[in-house]
Amino acid sequence: MHVPDGFINVATAAGAGVVAVSGLGASLRRTGRDLSERQIPFAGLTAAFIFAVQMLNFPVAAGTSGHLLGGSLAAILLGPWLGALAVAVVVFMQALMFADGGIVALGLNVLNMALVTALVGWGVFRSVMRVLPRRSSAVMIASMLAGATSVVASSLSFVFQYAIGGEGGAPLQSVFQAMVGVHSLIGIGEGVITAVAVGAVLAVRPDLVKGVSDLQLPRLATAPSRKSILAFVTGGLAIALALVFLVAPLASGAPDGLERVAIDNGFIESAQEHPLGGPLADYSVSGIENEQTGAVLAGAIGVGATFVAGLIAATILRRRRSA
Amino acid sequence: MTQLSVSDLSFSYPDGTEVLKQVSLAISPGERVGLLGPNGAGKTTFVLHLNGILRASSGTISLGGMTLSDQTLREIRRRVGLVFQDPDDQLFMPTVFADVAFGPANFGFPPEQVEHRVKSALESVGEWHLADRAPHHLSGGERRKVAIATVLASDSELLVLDEPTSNLDPAGRRELVALLSLLPTTQLIVTHDLPFVFELCPRSIIMDGGRVVADGPTGELLSNRQLLAAHRLELPFGFDPTNIAPR
Amino acid sequence: MSGGHAHALHFHGHSPIHRLPAAVKLVGLLAFVLAVVATPAGAVWAFSGYTVILMVLLVLSEVPARFFLTRLAIDLPFIAFALLLPFVGEGPRVELGPFAVSAAGLLGAWNLIAKATLSAGASVLLAATTEVPDILAGLSRLRVPAVLVAIASFMIRYLEVVAGEFRRTRIAMAARGYKPRSALDWKPVAVSAGALFIRSFERGERVYQAMLARGYDGNWRTGAHEPITRSQWLAGLLPGIVAATIMLASRLL
Repeated sequence: MHVPDGFINVATAAGAGVVAVSGLGASLRRTGRDLSERQIPFAGLTAAFIFAVQMLNFPVAAGTSGHLLGGSLAAILLGPWLGALAVAVVVFMQALMFADGGIVALGLNVLNMALVTALVGWGVFRSVMRVLPRRSSAVMIASMLAGATSVVASSLSFVFQYAIGGEGGAPLQSVFQAMVGVHSLIGIGEGVITAVAVGAVLAVRPDLVKGVSDLQLPRLATAPSRKSILAFVTGGLAIALALVFLVAPLASGAPDGLERVAIDNGFIESAQEHPLGGPLADYSVSGIENEQTGAVLAGAIGVGATFVAGLIAATILRRRRSA
Repeated sequence: MTQLSVSDLSFSYPDGTEVLKQVSLAISPGERVGLLGPNGAGKTTFVLHLNGILRASSGTISLGGMTLSDQTLREIRRRVGLVFQDPDDQLFMPTVFADVAFGPANFGFPPEQVEHRVKSALESVGEWHLADRAPHHLSGGERRKVAIATVLASDSELLVLDEPTSNLDPAGRRELVALLSLLPTTQLIVTHDLPFVFELCPRSIIMDGGRVVADGPTGELLSNRQLLAAHRLELPFGFDPTNIAPR
Repeated sequence: MSGGHAHALHFHGHSPIHRLPAAVKLVGLLAFVLAVVATPAGAVWAFSGYTVILMVLLVLSEVPARFFLTRLAIDLPFIAFALLLPFVGEGPRVELGPFAVSAAGLLGAWNLIAKATLSAGASVLLAATTEVPDILAGLSRLRVPAVLVAIASFMIRYLEVVAGEFRRTRIAMAARGYKPRSALDWKPVAVSAGALFIRSFERGERVYQAMLARGYDGNWRTGAHEPITRSQWLAGLLPGIVAATIMLASRLL
């Protein structure tokens, strides 16, 4: 997800920079005096944690792997504002310490990887918690959906920036398809890891999960079972496949989405060997010529589908559990 | 005059668990005192009270005649130098210099004095050459000594060390003994390392179940097998305090 | 993830570039990269100019070329991607050897490779010649809010501690036969991530106590900055100014 320099033109990058700075400013104001008085070490340790976890590769499907973005995890654990600040610091220092992600593109990267993931993740988490009964299992479902949606939203944010000021020469449609396709897959991993990680924290130190601090939850007895993960994964895979096939018919006479996604995952795989973690892993293209409005529409459908299908999977799972 | 005086200190967690029960003790200036006790005895909780990080439900703490209260909190924190068990918790800045400077800067010393204090504190533990290093790249013994320098830099009157020998190799431990025995500051050393206390502290206090259960010359306490056994304290195999002349 | 991760890109030295204040280098980096990114892709001569600037800086920095190039490898996966662009781009085709490739895609690939590589090169040069704590001091000097700099400094301090804990957990898992093969094997990894978060957070609690013990009162104090002289600013910004001139020329011509 780290956008390098040269992909998006200066004007768009600068615009994103302004948005990112205002977003961070708002986060600083929202966390307020509490941040400097009490929360700096927690935010710093969480940033270190996310940095470390981003080096963790998890298998996506046969032979391929991806890594966590961590924005929604940070948001659920620390709240959206502090979570966004922690991830923004990670992104910022990755660029300055490791040349990971561009310099002019910093605004884009902070926007996509910190602000969008944390805010969308938090929004989804809280909305789902509002709908579902207040149980520990609901927290898992909400975290799963938050994680998955935040990654797809982050990729959409990039596609949006590319639509405004992309300089790659690849058609928007292809960029959209490949980004959203790959990130639907990555999103499943993000969702599952976010859910299990939140569950693990909830089981031991429920007081550390900001996202449920105002909800009265019964204590979670154990970490989630293998069966519930199976359901998550099956549901998630179904969504991803559905997404790819939804968009694939738009393609004509060019490598199809699945094939390209495989190539991208090949990138991810090779990035795994990289000493600095898995940077620059998940960009891609596929040669489809199509109009741009379709892309945006399909994007909306895609995210909606992810969300709805996840909810359905979750509901089925809950029924089976209570039965 | 006493350096540290604690009377009837009690503390409970919000869930009602009593951790400290009417703890009273006094330490004179220049004394080196060992605080012994099994895990869960309340030692670390007690230590966190000494500079007001935890606030007692009842009882008073005073330092050189100044009673701990909201008004004196800052000054008490400067006077009590707490060295945490894990130097990775204590050394939280990216460089050794910045870390040692953290205390003096917060306690309002002017910038040029801060620099001077950092230098003299690091020199007094013999580690000035590490000033520009990252704490992560130091050895266990170096970290421990730098951690001690971080509190020396603020002119602490009472040095409180929580398990100072944990994770030290034998040479690091010996160097620590040498360093602490030369520091003139009053010291309270919290540990299970009985030979360490025997070597350094003429007097020891045993704490168990949130109470002070014994207070006396270290040699006497360590020779009392029944007392040690009752509080899960053990001397290393072959160590006999009656055979060794204390310092 | 070997030891010394937090210094992965730093090359110890005392060159004139090492000695420049970090704040100056940061502004210089931004100016240079801005110029590069704003240059039209077609102006090949301008990119040669930037490359010359970067090479001069590299020589001045005394950072070995080999060190520089291996660190630049971060760019590689991205170049592999850029090479696909000519094949998937749209619009008129041009002959390139045996292939007919998209002209727009070809230009796009060149644009991406040139800009991303130059930008990454400049960033690597900054990271190679500037200690991380100096980068932090530079950021705070450039008025980045103190709390953000403080969060970054904690992150850097504890990165290796947290990564080390994580590594030990995974070794312990591997020692008991854990080997992730499929998606169903995520759980132990995720649970260990959760456990790691708890440990990180609890360390945060202890660090906070240690801060309080040393008089922290909610005001993050940064040390005094050494003054930056006009000639240091000039020296640091010179590459950026030259690059900006080239960029303007490339846009006007």
